[in-house]
Amino acid sequence: MDEALKVELGRQGVFATSLQELYNWGRRSSLWPLNFGLACCAIEMIATTMARYDLARFGAEVFRPSPRQADLMIVAGTITKKMAPQVVRLYNQMPEPKYVISMGACAISGGPFKQGYNVLKGIDRYIPVDIYIPGCPPRPEALIEGFMALQRKIDAQQLTGENRPRHLNAAEPSEFIVPKFGAHDLEPTQNPAIWHAPQLVNITLAPDETK
Amino acid sequence: MTLEPLKAELEANIPGCQLEIVNNPSPSGQHSLLIDPGHALAIALYLRDAAHLRFDYLSNVTGVDWPSRELSEKIKVKKIVDGPDGPVEKEVDEVVKTQTHAHLEVVYHLYSMALKHGPVILRMRTEDRADRVHLPSFTPIWRSADFQEREIFDLYGILFDGHPDLRRILMWDEFEDFPMRRDYVEPDDYEYEPTAHDDVLKKTIAHYTGETPGGAA
Repeated sequence: MDEALKVELGRQGVFATSLQELYNWGRRSSLWPLNFGLACCAIEMIATTMARYDLARFGAEVFRPSPRQADLMIVAGTITKKMAPQVVRLYNQMPEPKYVISMGACAISGGPFKQGYNVLKGIDRYIPVDIYIPGCPPRPEALIEGFMALQRKIDAQQLTGENRPRHLNAAEPSEFIVPKFGAHDLEPTQNPAIWHAPQLVNITLAPDETK
Repeated sequence: MTLEPLKAELEANIPGCQLEIVNNPSPSGQHSLLIDPGHALAIALYLRDAAHLRFDYLSNVTGVDWPSRELSEKIKVKKIVDGPDGPVEKEVDEVVKTQTHAHLEVVYHLYSMALKHGPVILRMRTEDRADRVHLPSFTPIWRSADFQEREIFDLYGILFDGHPDLRRILMWDEFEDFPMRRDYVEPDDYEYEPTAHDDVLKKTIAHYTGETPGGAA
C-alpha cells in the first residue's frame, strides 16, 4: 500500500496496515530478554531495566527466568570456556523467533581477556549474533541504542523472499552445536557453519620482526 | 614479626624440622620461612596452637612455578697463558654456568586475629615439577586453605595430600594442562588483533599467509 495513501487514510480515521507490519510490530514491541548475566556488563543491564533508564519503555520489561519464555538473549559479560556450553544450550532452548545481543568487549571478542586460557573469544563462534554493543562495559544508553537497533532490524524484515528472518526459513537451523570440554580446549573451538576466523590483511612487518 | 626467634623456637619444639629463612630484598622486606614438607603439619599445628603465637587465620595461599634457569656467574681464575715472551700466569675471567633446581612452591600468609599480629609467611617446595609434586595439605588445620589449594592444584598441578576434596575448581574436570605453569602452551586459536605486539605479533606472523583476499595489494 502506498505510504501517502496510508497517511491520508489515517487522517480520515481509517487505520490501514499490512500483515507484515503488524507481525513485525508485535515482535519488536515485546522482546522479552532472558534473565541472566555473566559479568560486570550484567550490572549495566540491570541498571538499564531499573527506573532511571527504564527499558520497559521499549517493551522489554519482563526478564524471563526461563529460556522457554524468552525472545532475546543479552549476552552480558565475559564468557569463560567453562560457561560457553551452558550459554549455547540456553540459546538452543529458546523458542523461535529469538535474537542475540552481544553486549560488551568480552562477549564480542574476549575483550581484555582475549589472550587468556579460559575466556571464549566471542560468543559469535557458537551462536548467531544480531547486535554487537561495544564498550567495557557499555553504558545503559548504549544498551538502549543497541536494543533500538534490534527493533529497527526487526521492523525492516520481509516475511517472504530470500531475506526473510531465520525463523521463517525452514532450511535455517534453530539449534547449534553445544561445545564439549576437551583435554586442552573446547571441542569444537568454533562452529564452522556460522563463524570463520577473519583473514589477515594489510599487515606490514618490519624486516627484523619476520625472523 | 622477626623470623629468627620464631625459627629457633620451632627448631626447639619440633625435633628434626629443617627451616630456612628466605630473605626478601625488596623495600617491603617480607621475609619468609621455608619449611620442609615432612614436618609441615607439626609446624602448622604449633603455629596455630601455641599460646603466644595463635596464628588462627590463613589469609592467602599462592603457587609459584620455578622452572630450571641457567645462572651464569663470572669468577676470576688463575691460568697459564701464552704471552709474547713465554707462558705467564694471568688472572682470567671465566663464566661458570649452573642450572637452578626446578620446583613448584606454595606460599602461605598467616595472621593472628586473636593476638593481632602477622603476617608470618611460610613456603614449601616440591621436589621437582614433573611427578614428585606432592605437598601436605593445610586444609585440616585452616579451613580457608580448601578452595585456594584446589585452585593451586588446578593451575599449577601441585597435589595436596590430605585435602578432603582435591578437584579442579576453575577449569573443567576433563582439562589436562596447568595454565599457570611457565611452560604452558595455550591452544593456537589466533584471530585478527588490531595492535599485535610481542608474543601476539609472533603468532600473527605464524598465521599470516601473505595473501590478500581479492588480489588487492
